Parts: sequence; C-alpha cells; structure tokens
Amino acid sequence: MAAIYIYLSHKNGVLDETALELVTAAKAIDAAAQATAIVLGAAGEAEQAAKEAAQSFATVWCVANDALAQPNAEIARKVLLAIVPAGSIVLAANDTFAMDLTPGLSIKMGASFASDATGIEGVEDGKLKVVRQEYGGAVSTRSLADLTGGAVITVRAGAFAPDESKSAGGQVVDKSGEVSDFSSKRTFVKIIEAETGDVDITKSEVLVAVGRGIEEEDNIGMVHDLAKAMGADVCCSRPIVDAKWLEKARQVGTSGQTVKPKVYLALGISGSFQHMGGIKGNPFIVAVNKNPNAPIFQTADVGVVADILDFIPLLQEKIG
Amino acid sequence: MDILVCVKRVPDPAGNEIQLNRAGNDIERDDLVYAVNEWDNYAVEEAIQIVDKAGGSVTVVSVGTDEDEEILRREMAMGAEKGVLLTDDAFNDADGYKTAAILSAYVGKNKFDLILTGAQADAGAGQVGGMMAAMLDLPYASLVNKIEVDSDTALTIGREIEGGNQEISSIELPCVLSIQTGINEPRYVSIRGIRKVASLEIPVFDAAGIGFSDSGVKMQRLEYFQPELGAGAEMLDGSDEEMADKVVELLKAKGGLK
Repeated sequence: MAAIYIYLSHKNGVLDETALELVTAAKAIDAAAQATAIVLGAAGEAEQAAKEAAQSFATVWCVANDALAQPNAEIARKVLLAIVPAGSIVLAANDTFAMDLTPGLSIKMGASFASDATGIEGVEDGKLKVVRQEYGGAVSTRSLADLTGGAVITVRAGAFAPDESKSAGGQVVDKSGEVSDFSSKRTFVKIIEAETGDVDITKSEVLVAVGRGIEEEDNIGMVHDLAKAMGADVCCSRPIVDAKWLEKARQVGTSGQTVKPKVYLALGISGSFQHMGGIKGNPFIVAVNKNPNAPIFQTADVGVVADILDFIPLLQEKIG
Repeated sequence: MDILVCVKRVPDPAGNEIQLNRAGNDIERDDLVYAVNEWDNYAVEEAIQIVDKAGGSVTVVSVGTDEDEEILRREMAMGAEKGVLLTDDAFNDADGYKTAAILSAYVGKNKFDLILTGAQADAGAGQVGGMMAAMLDLPYASLVNKIEVDSDTALTIGREIEGGNQEISSIELPCVLSIQTGINEPRYVSIRGIRKVASLEIPVFDAAGIGFSDSGVKMQRLEYFQPELGAGAEMLDGSDEEMADKVVELLKAKGGLK
C-alpha cells in the first residue's frame, strides 16, 4: 500500500476547515493507513498550523521558509517533490491553490491525477477508485487511478464529513532543512479584494437568483420587477456576471459571495456545486428550471419544471 | 508574441440536457449539439486581444477528429490566424494526462511564447494546462482572469481565487495559462465570418507527425451514474398556472414575500 501524504491549506497559520475532511478522505483510501500531513508556510505560521494539524494526524511534516509566505504553487511543488517519496498518494482540498499545484505535481511525480473527487472507494488491484462529477454535476463517474507511480487526488470541500476527534496527539517533524530550492518563475505581487456593489446580498433575507436560463440581457428586467414585487434582492450565478448582465457583487458561489437568506428563489440555475457552495444557513430553496435533470432539484426544497421566461411573468402577475 | 490556444469540442451546455444513456456507461450522445468549450472561447478571445496590441500570431489546436474542424474554423473566424488538428487512432480514449502529452508533443515541434487553455472543459477536471506546463518545464497559472503584457519576457496576470478576490503575479515567458470565463467578452462570430475562413487549409498531424510516443493512460473511467446529492426537491405538478399559485403560497408561508 502506497504511503498517503496530505497537503493542508492554512491562512496565516490557521488551518482551513477542509483539513478535518481530509482525515476522513485518507481513511476512505485505506482505513488502516497512517497518513502524514504536510504544512508549508512562512516561519511562525507554518509551525502554528503544523501544531494544530498534530491534533488530527500522527505525523505532521512542516517546512517553514519565508519564500512560502505568499501562495506560490511552483515553489510548493519543488518542496513536495523534495520530501514526498516516489509512488506516494498525495491528497489535497480542491481549492484554487490546489488547481495551480496539483496537475503539474502529478506529472513530476509520474503519478495519476484526479481532481475534485466527491468520493473515494478504496484500493483494488493497485488501483484507487475515485468518484467525481462531470458536465457541471449532471452526471457522476467512477474511475480507476493507476497507483504504479502514486496518485495526486484533490477532494471537493464538503464531500467528506470532518473528523472532529482531534485525538491523534501527533508529532511535528521539521523538514525545512531538506529543501534548498525556493526559486520560482512566478512572483506574487498582491491580492485585490472583490468589489462591493450597491446591494449587499450577503445581508438579504429573500433572494431571487437568476442563471443562464434567462437567455438574454433584455430579460433581466423581469427578474428585477419580480424581486421588487417580492421585496427581495436580485443575485445570480456565474454566467450572468461573465456576460456582464449583472455586476460581480451579485454573484453567489465559491468565486463570489456567500449568502445566508431565509428564502432563495432560483430561476434558470442548474445548481453547480460552485454556485450552491455560496448558499449557507439552510434557506428554503424554490428552483425553477426547464431541465428536469438539473442538479439543483437534488438540493432544492421545492422544484418546478418550467421555462422561466413563461413562469416569471406568471409569478409577477400573481404577486401583483 | 506567438500564442497557441488549445481548444476542445464539447456538448454545448446551453443546447443540451445532459443525461445518462440507457446502458449507463456514457452520457446520451444522440442528438447532442456540440460547440467549442466555453472556457476555450474566452482563451481565444484573450489571445486575439493580446496580439492586436502586442503583435504576433494566434494558432488554435485541437486533439480530435475531422468533426473538430468546425470549431477550429469558428475560432479562426474570430481572428485566430491558423488552425491545427491533431488526429490519430492512437489518440483515442485519452485521459487528461495523455491529452496533455499529445499537445505537449505538438508544442515541442514548434515555438510559442504563450500557451493558453480553458480553465476546464466538459469533465470539469482543470488539468490539461497544468500538466502541459510540467511536461514542458514552463511556469503555469490557473484560473487566469487578467493578462497584461509587460515585456517580451514577462506578463502581469490575475487569478480568480476564493471569494471573488484576485491574486496578482508576474510570470516569465514562455508560460502556460489556463483561462477563466469572464476575462473578456468573446466577439460574436457571423455566418459570413465563418464562410470567409471556410476554404483555409487546416494542417492535420498524426502521432508520428508530432513525435508522440504513447505511454498509455493513468485514469480509466468505469461508469457514469446519476449523482444522489440529497433527498431531492418536492416537485410540483399541474399547469404552469397552478404551479405558480403554489409557489406564491409557499413563498408567503416561508416569509419570501414582504
């Protein structure tokens, strides 16, 4: 059985909440495995995050260097290649840093690669069984990852239940001395914070959300009218912002705002996990979509199969 | 700047309801409408805009069959100078690793300053760009939503990170970038525009032509199935009229009308 290494994300020395989910994901590979956690970061922050990780992992490898103060996947890859043995399985949360890091890491390790896994079903005949979604969540697939050269697997946030036991009483091993090359052809400059718009949808109690099903910019007006009649605010999914029909501050999802309304009326939204990931607090969700197979019908409370271009005017008329 | 954009022909998310086929071993592919992968289309637009400012050329390349010519011509109608098709029986059933190896072999036979891919395609993996960069030993950035040309040897780029924030970096050329949607507004392609490029030759290369040696795949898809995410919604029935009445009633009850 290949050794399992888990790359843990942290912010200023505080572990991301996915760390506890990765404990569970590692057990889904091999229930008996003793996975080793890896924490990289600036001096001080790395040690702090490693200490926290030792509550959940028997062994935590820590590499502290000020070259790791800002996210840089090229440097992180060099560090991991220097310390992780060939043929290992590397797990990470599927965040935007892992998207930079992991595909290339798999190539340099000679490992197989699967991103955004929603399930892991153990190892059979030297192959790891991985479940993931395709076509924006419309279908799932079960695949075999060849473990001959190891594997790099990223895991969807929320897909595995967090292991809250924190009873590992693990030890931190300083691996900083084993790494010498911290050079990179990419240099971090700065973070630009997302703009805030004229409406703060994170504070809205009732949201009318519009997606690709609205078809044309001219149809956005009817969504505003409906929201006004309801006393709600208008928000949207990513394609509407990409098309510049609404401003970025109204986008709900992992790359937009996180909202906590009481009621969420989703109009013509398929319900990708990126969108649903921005809806917290368990609101009452009504979804209207003309595709009966839209993933949103799996998470909504009430579903209506209808063309929103016909249905919105009907709602408007009835609410008056 | 000579730019290569890797594009893929995929089922059009706007024109199809993706579902399982009867055997459950694939999606239902009968009557699917295909289009260029949405992310790739943004990448082509970005390449054209860079060349408009900084000079150079845009080449679009796809791994596929004769059917892919249609999307190559569409991107050429947008303004890509050249289209290239990589096709061979040896390319069939490629996983992300093999696709990246095929494209890297083509890049190895040519000289590009910048290689763009879409951030993801129909399988949602987001892997080919990062794999190509590693195979070619080039720097890489994913989810790129801004590109500024600083010089012949460096770009300033923005990446979309959590919460809609943007991470700004400088990156050395040549490099590989995967492009996020929303970076620009891809231009409209008219039927007349497609006609204008209809007679342009699209060079075709096979495995031998790009010096590709097959080292197999690392991921093998066993089956497709319908995901079960939760208990599922209570689906209303009746006419649109009746369902609208019910929705209004529910919204009222749950505090959705003020």
